[in-house]
Amino acid sequence: MAMMYSLLFEGIGVQNWTYILVGITFSVYIGIAIWSRASSTKEFYVAGGGVSPLANGMATAADWMSAASFISMAGIISFAGYDGAVYLMGWTGGYVLLALLLAPYLRKFGKFTVPDFIGDRYYSNTARFVAVVCALLVSFTYVAGQMRGVGLVFSRFLEVDINTGVIIGMIIVLFYAVLGGMKGITYTQVAQYCVLIFAFMVPAIFISIQMTGNPIPQLGFGGELVDEPGIYLLDKLDGLSTDLGFAEYTEGSKSLIDVFAITFALMVGTAGLPHVIVRFFTVKLVKDARKSAGIALLLIAVLYTTAPAVAVFARTNMIETVSNQPYNSVPDWFKKWEATGLIEYFDKNNDGLIQYVADEKNNELIVDNDIMVLANPEIAKLPDWVIALVAAGALAAALSTAAGLLLVISASVSHDLIKKMINPNITEKGELLAARLSAIVAVCVAGYFGINPPGFVAATVALAFGLAAASFFPAIILGIFYKKMNKEGAITGMIIGVLLMLFYMTKFKFGWFGGGTKDDWWFGISPEGFGSIAMILNFIVSLSIMKLTKEPPKSVQEIVENIRIPINAGKATH
Amino acid sequence: MTKSNAKSYWKENIRYVLILMFFWFLVSFGAGILFKDFLNEFKIGGFKLGFWFAQQGSIYVFVILIFIYVYLMNNLDKKYGYDV
Repeated sequence: MAMMYSLLFEGIGVQNWTYILVGITFSVYIGIAIWSRASSTKEFYVAGGGVSPLANGMATAADWMSAASFISMAGIISFAGYDGAVYLMGWTGGYVLLALLLAPYLRKFGKFTVPDFIGDRYYSNTARFVAVVCALLVSFTYVAGQMRGVGLVFSRFLEVDINTGVIIGMIIVLFYAVLGGMKGITYTQVAQYCVLIFAFMVPAIFISIQMTGNPIPQLGFGGELVDEPGIYLLDKLDGLSTDLGFAEYTEGSKSLIDVFAITFALMVGTAGLPHVIVRFFTVKLVKDARKSAGIALLLIAVLYTTAPAVAVFARTNMIETVSNQPYNSVPDWFKKWEATGLIEYFDKNNDGLIQYVADEKNNELIVDNDIMVLANPEIAKLPDWVIALVAAGALAAALSTAAGLLLVISASVSHDLIKKMINPNITEKGELLAARLSAIVAVCVAGYFGINPPGFVAATVALAFGLAAASFFPAIILGIFYKKMNKEGAITGMIIGVLLMLFYMTKFKFGWFGGGTKDDWWFGISPEGFGSIAMILNFIVSLSIMKLTKEPPKSVQEIVENIRIPINAGKATH
Repeated sequence: MTKSNAKSYWKENIRYVLILMFFWFLVSFGAGILFKDFLNEFKIGGFKLGFWFAQQGSIYVFVILIFIYVYLMNNLDKKYGYDV
């Protein structure tokens, strides 16, 4: 019996399990895409406007949780310790802003895209154009990272070439984004949420039981160790970290003002991201928009409260497995990841042992953030199917976000640029075709960046949040809460906010404009946190210019009064 | 739907938003960042309290805040007859 079991299940091996699970999940996505293809622009842009709050909440959660959330975040936290809280709070706290300050009103406004809102609220095609440029900039930088994540998973788990992996991912996304538009994307994202959350939770629960005896990881990482009763896991990790010369895990090393600024920039940036905002155009009623923001955050919180637990488990396991161990007897996973270049070992003192310490001169081991989640099940010696499941989950996370971003790109081009600015007389059919064509072009561009990643991809993801914070957030907030806000103020505010953000990022990330080091940061704030400052400047500029220029027309002020009342939301229209 | 009706609805809405935003700020920027060191002197289980707020507690409170807002606004909509 035992032998049959091992033949049936263990004999399959990680790679075949991965083929099986990835194959099944991809077939489901394609099946859903065929079942829910879009036949009108309204279905293509906002899924017909009749998505239920629960489905929208799940789709928003999948849309939001990208390769960065699934693959990178727990890894980043496990190296950053307390400082990792900037991502945890920043990427969830933004939903409070969305639910309370944006989603209900934007739904009431009833448009297809964020530039649509900006253009109509500020009665100006210049405002619309500035918003389109910002939306494209934000979405492209973001989508390239997703494609890279797809390639990474394929290359490690299916041992195909990383470029082949990117191309397979492109074909899948192309298929359901182009065919189904928002309608297809929404229902595939519902399926992808289920896959990714299951894939994230299963190994976390296994490892939590292994290490702390508690099946709930959120509680487990504050518990005592199974192997050493009476000792808390976090205390042990604090001890291991300081022994190796790192900062205490629960203390972190960033300055208070920087932690504050980064958290704030990520929150505001989250609330300003076009692919997140647009999801709230797909529900029927204003109250559905509020509710689905709550459901989305609840579903996101499942992963976001588990990630810091995974970070602690992985960090402790990794230190205990490799620190001061002979290189010749490292486990299998170490060698496999070494082959991908994501683990590097240099035996500086030729003693054959792995010295992993904070001091760069003596440190012999470099571990990439991105492998902590992917390698975690292997480090903890979990069964093959769990390892394969993580690969399927990572793909679900990357593909769902990529699809959402591609839709923003295609809608910005076909709806905001072509329909609203270049050719207002375009037919419904023509616009739908334009939307599909621009989605195809966008996939190809994203794929190109996935295969030839510019060195600045990682840097530009932070840039995307900073840009969203510096451009959209103030314009939308003022547009809703201040009816005297006029186009002159909003446009100048957006342009100056974005330019300042670009200047600061390129100065300190790429060394333009004379470059600079950490010591030259303004107010001690890193480029990741600078979106906060650029956003504040946007507000100040917008309000000052407004005082000097003339009031918006009465009709616009009436629109603003109207969006504050939740009834007669109507359907999303042109 | 009169104009003054709409105005007082908006006022109550703003009041709710401000109160909830206060708690949003308190748990994240307050407990998780500004008062972290002070709260870290206390422990629940193996968690230092400030660390727990920064990596767990604030997220739970965010979820609860949104659902409180949903509940309050649904009632407010009813009160003003906007729940059609």
